[in-house]
Amino acid sequence: MYEIVIASGKGGTGKTSLTRAFAELARPAVLVDCDVDAANLHLITKHRVIEEHDFYGGKRASINMERCVVCGICVDNCRFDAIKMIPDMKYSFGERVEVDPLACEGCGLCARLCQLDAVDFHEVKNGQWYLSETELGPFLHARLGTAESNSGRLVTLLRNRSREIAESKGLDMILIDGPPGIGCPTIATLTNASYLLIVTEPSLSAIHDMERLADLAAHFGIGTGICLNKFDINEKMGLQVERFAASRNIPILGRIPYDNAFTTAQLQGTSYMQVGSHAGIGIIKNIWQEVRMNAVSGGSGLKRRFAI
Amino acid sequence: MNSRGVHIAVASGKGGTGKTTIATNLAAVMSREGLGVIYADCDVEEPNGHLFLPPESERKDEVSVMIPHVLEEKCDFCGICAEVCQFNALAVLGSKVMLFPSLCHGCGACMVLCPKHAIHEAARPIGFIRSGRFKGLSVMGGSLNVGEAQAPPMTKVLKKRLPGELTVIIDSPPGTSCPVVEAVRDADYVVLVTEPTPFGLNDLELAVNMLRSLRRSFGVIINRSDIGDARVSEYCRNEGLHVLMELPFDRKIAEAYSEGKLIIDADNSYREKLRSLMQAIYTEIGHV
Repeated sequence: MYEIVIASGKGGTGKTSLTRAFAELARPAVLVDCDVDAANLHLITKHRVIEEHDFYGGKRASINMERCVVCGICVDNCRFDAIKMIPDMKYSFGERVEVDPLACEGCGLCARLCQLDAVDFHEVKNGQWYLSETELGPFLHARLGTAESNSGRLVTLLRNRSREIAESKGLDMILIDGPPGIGCPTIATLTNASYLLIVTEPSLSAIHDMERLADLAAHFGIGTGICLNKFDINEKMGLQVERFAASRNIPILGRIPYDNAFTTAQLQGTSYMQVGSHAGIGIIKNIWQEVRMNAVSGGSGLKRRFAI
Repeated sequence: MNSRGVHIAVASGKGGTGKTTIATNLAAVMSREGLGVIYADCDVEEPNGHLFLPPESERKDEVSVMIPHVLEEKCDFCGICAEVCQFNALAVLGSKVMLFPSLCHGCGACMVLCPKHAIHEAARPIGFIRSGRFKGLSVMGGSLNVGEAQAPPMTKVLKKRLPGELTVIIDSPPGTSCPVVEAVRDADYVVLVTEPTPFGLNDLELAVNMLRSLRRSFGVIINRSDIGDARVSEYCRNEGLHVLMELPFDRKIAEAYSEGKLIIDADNSYREKLRSLMQAIYTEIGHV
């Protein structure tokens, strides 16, 4: 089974549009949107939700003021400054104790230290995830709750489900739209991935972000290729991308010119493959061929093979 | 509240809409107007502000978090530390305590609750904070080491180290989850940068919901305002959101950006636009 991740470090380089285009060429494959903070793949993929689940990713404390005697042990021990004593004459001690739900990381130390069982330490719903049907294959996506945390755990859940679904349906390809950044959701996306396609563009920021993502992929020993999008925006910076790729022995699998049709596709809620130019579609087909070949052969400069 | 300078955060649900462009140019314009201002890059996973505001004589200070250190001679391998850890950062296997440092949130539960007092703490570096000056503008930014999972501790340290009274322009990471919340939660005003596409709209709605739940006041910038359709404008109108500025797509700007140049230096008209933006934000803050 091959798990191919499309990511970029920097946002807005074209990850989702490309994932969607590849999905048409890879069908049937399992599609996964791992950008659970700001998911977009569902906006350009006709789908019908067949399963909807709540996601409980962690716990959070709250104070039961009927039991609390405002001793302050929870306040003193909370490393996240999440618990505060607030003057409040409604309570017999003249103060109440309150947990800031945004600051609470759910470590539970307060609940363990409280002698009076006044800390309620409960699971919290951090979001929802969905299994949908599409013409391209099964599609897993999610919506992290507003201002919530635990996106890494939600990503891991989606990826585990995607593997089960691929197995049960006899599909050997999982196509993953990755999150921006290099932190926990990206790490969760890349863990055990077969191949990473970095979508970058010829700008100093994108190159800087690509380098950090390439470092992360190397750290995990994941075969990597680069797709240079909007290459004609600045050919000079494009050369810098090429130099970086050469210095790391990462192949550039294709170059895509700046093309308004990507926006057109988005506005119509569809794939570039439906509205793009003949030439553009050809370029994407070639890139997909390369990605597929590299993923199957274990990629270039690779430390291990990934036939899972 | 203590006498803190005004904090203005620049954020967006969607990545690549122009947060860093707005944040760096806004900070530079304010500095040139003679205001004491700091640019603070809180996109610690992918910091880019220093590419546009390269600080002279940059200083890098290592940032560490505290993680448990088990004193094996005192430990009787009872397993309580592993049991209390909500983040699965500790495991006890036979007579070995295993630590997974990148999972540790540094809550201290294992140390406080160890019956043998066998756990101390040790510092573990997670990245660095850069600081310096670019043409009189203070530039600071966090940079997480590659492989580190948790951005919020770095952002917290960065914000604590910001000098008190100056105005701060915070460059936020994309998204709507914990790293963003940490960056914008105590901002006096938030500028949301979006673009008029379905992705821009979807992520703008998410960001607006986040800021409403954080009870922040905010305005919207529509970047590349002529590339898509009118749905973002309609949404802003229906929700009563203040559109601070619209910037049409300009290839000259895309080129300046791609080479790490400030747009206010690439074209005079942008200096005026950014100055108007600054005034619009100050008017908004005055209203708050």
